[in-house]
This record gives sequence, structure tokens and C-alpha cells, in this order.
Amino acid sequence: MLTEKTMEKLRILAESAKYDVSCSSSGTVRSGRQGMVGNTVGGVGICHSFADDGRCISLLKVMLTNFCMYDCAYCINRRSNDIKRATLSVTELEEITMEFYRRNYIEGLFLSSGVVRNPDYTMERLTAIVRDLRTLHRFNGYIHLKSIPGASRELLNEAGRYADRMSVNIEIPREESLKLLAPEKDHQSVFQPMRLIQQGVLENKEERKHFRYAPRFVPAGQSTQMIVGATKETDRDILTMSSMLYGQPSMRRVYYSGYVSVNTYDSRLPILKQPPLVRENRLYQADWLLRFYHFKVEEIVDEEHANLDLGLDPKLAWALRHPEAFPVDINTAEYEQLLRVPGLGTKSAWLIVNSRRFNRLTSYDLKKMGVVMKKAKYFITCNELTSQFSQPIVGINELRPERLRPLLVSKSEQRRAAEELQLKLDFKEGCD
Amino acid sequence: MTVYTFDGTMDGLLTAVFYAFAFKEQPEKLLNEEDALPLFCDRVYKVPTEEEKARRVWVGLEKRLTKEAMRLISVSWLSELRELSQPLFQYICKVFRQGDISRNYADPDVLAVTNIARRVLHEQLRMKQFIRFQKAKDGTYLTVIAPDHNVLPLIISHFKDRFRDQPWLIYDAKRHYGFYYGGESVVRVTFENEADVPFNLEDGKLNDDVLSADDHLLQDLWRTYFKAICIRERMNPRKQLNDMPRRYWKYMTEKQNG
Repeated sequence: MLTEKTMEKLRILAESAKYDVSCSSSGTVRSGRQGMVGNTVGGVGICHSFADDGRCISLLKVMLTNFCMYDCAYCINRRSNDIKRATLSVTELEEITMEFYRRNYIEGLFLSSGVVRNPDYTMERLTAIVRDLRTLHRFNGYIHLKSIPGASRELLNEAGRYADRMSVNIEIPREESLKLLAPEKDHQSVFQPMRLIQQGVLENKEERKHFRYAPRFVPAGQSTQMIVGATKETDRDILTMSSMLYGQPSMRRVYYSGYVSVNTYDSRLPILKQPPLVRENRLYQADWLLRFYHFKVEEIVDEEHANLDLGLDPKLAWALRHPEAFPVDINTAEYEQLLRVPGLGTKSAWLIVNSRRFNRLTSYDLKKMGVVMKKAKYFITCNELTSQFSQPIVGINELRPERLRPLLVSKSEQRRAAEELQLKLDFKEGCD
Repeated sequence: MTVYTFDGTMDGLLTAVFYAFAFKEQPEKLLNEEDALPLFCDRVYKVPTEEEKARRVWVGLEKRLTKEAMRLISVSWLSELRELSQPLFQYICKVFRQGDISRNYADPDVLAVTNIARRVLHEQLRMKQFIRFQKAKDGTYLTVIAPDHNVLPLIISHFKDRFRDQPWLIYDAKRHYGFYYGGESVVRVTFENEADVPFNLEDGKLNDDVLSADDHLLQDLWRTYFKAICIRERMNPRKQLNDMPRRYWKYMTEKQNG
């Protein structure tokens, strides 16, 4: 039965869960079934709402409990923190999920938990909930389940039968930094469950070749998350780790979470005026380049440029480092080459490839199609002599990258980048 | 200048295409009957809507275009935009002259129709996102919407698939019709007297006497969750408005007061 008390618990546990940024409800298409409620749509998933911080609310992101036996420095729920603790009962959580889903508030459940007693005990309770949802409540919507590091293989195997996606967070890309902030953890404890899930997925794939109706195992694959800005890792460390993870067959998404100073008293952590949002954004852009734009991680970051340029998006930064790749002829270049032009996305590249079979394209056509000509005009040639109306062609090779760069960085972005690097000290007048 | 006028229906537009070819001419403009005529025109032809001729044009189109392109044309029509008829008319005429040009996005008419269709598809996704049901005492889940385009026909299959074990009603307050699902099939409903319906068309709220007992609590729970999940250090109202425009807020539980 839901009461006012449930509301307080839900508030506490949602606030404890919100720093996990994973949100998507994608990766699996499952139409509705007789006698069950719900389906999953695949594709990009459905975001049901957007919170005041602009992040999407797709799944009911909540913890079963925020009691935890670990003391990880970056985590709001560490055991030495003096915060309100709560535990939702199994029936409460199930009822909230079902009632929210039936009202179209959510796409499904994203369940995680602090570790109580031992990993197996916690994992067992999580598994019980997803089992109940599927078998008792006949819930056919999306379930994302956090896997507890250290839980036994049998429990993971059972949970994977009911969940659509499972995830284990790496949090810190380099082991020595992780050991510093979370002495009770190491990379082994993260990669072990990841491997188990992957094994399950692969075995299940094989099984389904022989038995068509074998139940699916974690059909939407795994995801993980890394915290940005809490430790000294460069973007190169982070992206190399991502690229390695994407090499695994079951890894679908890596999330980047700009560190929010939650535990300011811990001297192992930096004090940030605000979370490194621009850096986080640049990392996501780089992540997109890896996944959809056929980029390799060495092209985006290398020894010389170990961190992403905060003033430019990573594709533009790459283009400025490689003037020899331009100009690209819109009317003849391959699709992969088009993807590398700043200002062109997958959508506009697709439009171009389709349209140029009918007639040669001009910059006017490109503009109409939605290409960001402000960026693209320095990197392309099309079916005309002038790149923009009566101006002579001035491309990256005529201007040289160092003169082009200031033209492409907007003033507000320059200011924002400068502010983020600078720590402002707030001298309060007088004391009370 | 030659101008055709039509009655604003899809059949009318297709009939106009038929007559353009019957008269072997390409009118410069296709206008709605009540639109003001341009200052100078040599010939104005009022297209008589004929279903048979419209059907012939549609069948001809189906022979020339892919299924996907046909779907985009149907979807674009749901936009109910006046400015659609001119490019759509020219697009269809061009298909009969030049063949399948549906992927030539350098053609202004194709691009215009495609973009309008994309806008409609975008809004139907928004309806799937932002519809909020309330549960009535008899177990029916109800919601009111008022989308810019007539997207309701596009979303019912999704809701039928998703909520197949619960009866629901989605009502379009702007176009005064809705769809009801009672457990087996979806039926189109209209109300003879809209003032008597047990819900408020302005904010979509069910009247208290028909609202199920724990619905207020659940709505409060959702609002609590909505507030709790936001990270205050990362406030970004501009992004919120981009992804969830204010015009949809009036029917959304989390943006209403309890």
C-alpha cells in the first residue's frame, strides 16, 4: 500500500540514484504480449519527461536502498556520509513501477542499490524484484538492472533472464586512481561481472540459433559510466577505455558523468565551482564520433592533444589538425568522407548521398537541407565557383588552420571555457 | 497566371492533379477556395472534388513511389498546414512527369513535403512521450491532448500495443475527437455535448468524483520524483524547454499543481 511515507522514501532514494547518468531505454524491440502490460520500442527509446536540469527522465531511476557498506569517496551514498537513509519495500517498489508505467510516466525501471551485508544478499533482492515484475505483475516494459560487483554467477544469470539491460559502472578509468578513492574496490571487481554478463549474452546468442524460443538474456546489452573530473585522468585515458569497451560485443553505451562535488570535505577530491559540463559534452561528442562517424580514438586524442579542446567540438578540432583532408567535394566524396566534414551530420550526409544522384548540389541546396554552413563552408567544394554567394572561395587551406580557428570559436564559448578553468574565490564580507 | 482552387481535402488536391494533366497545363498556384486570389491571373479553375479521379491519381502514385515515400505523403497531410498544399501538389505532378524523385532533397517541393512530414513525426513522438494518463474509478485511463498537428491516428497503435490490458481514452481537445480502447479494438469517439464530459478540456484533469481513490497520491509521488531527480548544480532550463516545449505542459502531471 502506498502512503505519504512512501513519498519521503521515494524522494530520498531518487536523490541518491540521480548521479548515475545512464538513462536510455533503447536497444531492444519487444512488442506487447497477450496478458502482459508494456512493450519496448527500440530505436532511440522514449524520454517521458525532462527535469529542470535538462536531463531526460525515461526510466524510474531509483535505489532499493541507499544504505551501503562501502566508502567510495566520489559517491553520495558512502557509509561515512551523514545523509538520510531509506529502504523501499519490495511491494512498494513494484507498485510504484506498475502504477507509473500504466500512466505513461515512465518507460520502465532502472533499479540499483547500495550494497548491504554482502553482494550476494543485495543482488538476490534486486533479482527478486525483477522476477516479481515479470512473472507476478506481467510487466513487459523496460528493465535496467545494476549488477552488484562481487555477486555470484548464478544470481547474475537469473537476473539477466528478466532484465533488458544490465550495467556495472567503471567510474574511474585508471586503476590507481580508483584505488585511491575507493580502497575497497579494484578494476577486477568491475570487469568480472561485465565478463559474466557478456558470456551470458554470447551463450544465449548461440542457444537461440538452435532453439528459436529460448528466453533472451540481457537483450539490450550492457552499459557503463565513468566519472569525469574527479581524478587526474586525461580525456585520452577516458576515451581509450571507452573505445576498448565498445570493442566488446555486448557493450552498447558508455556514459560520462561530470563530477558534482558532493563530498566536499574529502581532501582526495578536487573542489569544483561547478561540474565540468563542457568537458562532459565534448566527451559525448567524441563518443558519437567513435560510434557513428567511423573515427578511431587515436584520431580524436593523441599524446600531443591528450585533452579535448573545450572551445571546439572534436570533429572540428580534428579537421583543423588535418587540413590535407580538405576540401571535400560534396558531389563525389564517399559517405565516410562526408561524415568527417564539420557541420555535416549523419542525417545531412544521408540526404546529400541520396540527392546528388539526381543533380549536382550547390551550397544553396546544402543550406536548405540543414547543413551548418557556418562551419562547413571552409571545408567543402560544391557545384559552383563561390562558396557563399559572391565571396571568393576561402577554405581551410587558403586561410590556414591557425587563422581559421578564431573564426569558428564563438565568443560566448571562449568566455565560458575561460571561466571554467578559473576558480573564483568568494570572499564574504564580515562573519556571523 | 493559372490558378486552381480546391476544397482543402486530400481528394480535392488529387483531383486537381488529375485536371492539370487532363488540361495539359501546370497551374502556378493551388489555393484553398476561401483564399484571396492573386492580383493578376488569367485563368481560375475551381476543381470539382471527385473521389473516383482522386483514387486514380493515388493508384498511379503508388505505382511510381516507394511505400516509404507514400507514407511520408500521408503523414505530411496530417500536419493540417495550409502551406503544404502548394508543394505537395507540385511534388505529385513532378512524380508523374519525372518518376520517383522522392529522394531528391535538392528539389524544393520534395524537401518541403519531407520536412513537414518530419515535423509531424516529431510531434507524434512527443505525444508518446508526454501523454499522462489518469485513472478513473471504473478503471479507464484517460488523457487529453492538443497537438499542433493531427497526430492522434499515428499513435494509437503504439498505445494499443503497450496498454493492451487496460481500457484507455485519448481525447484531442483541439479537434474534438478521440480514440477509446476497451480491451479488444480501438474505436473513434466524439462527444455530442462537450460541456458534459467528466474532465476539464483546459488542463485535462478528471473531475474528483470520477477519479480513482489513489490517483492524487500517485500524481504527488510522480511530482516528488520529478523534483528529486533533478541535480541542482546542473540547472539547464533552456535544454528542458528545447526538449519539452511549454505548449505541452498544461496536460502534464509533473508541471501541474497538486
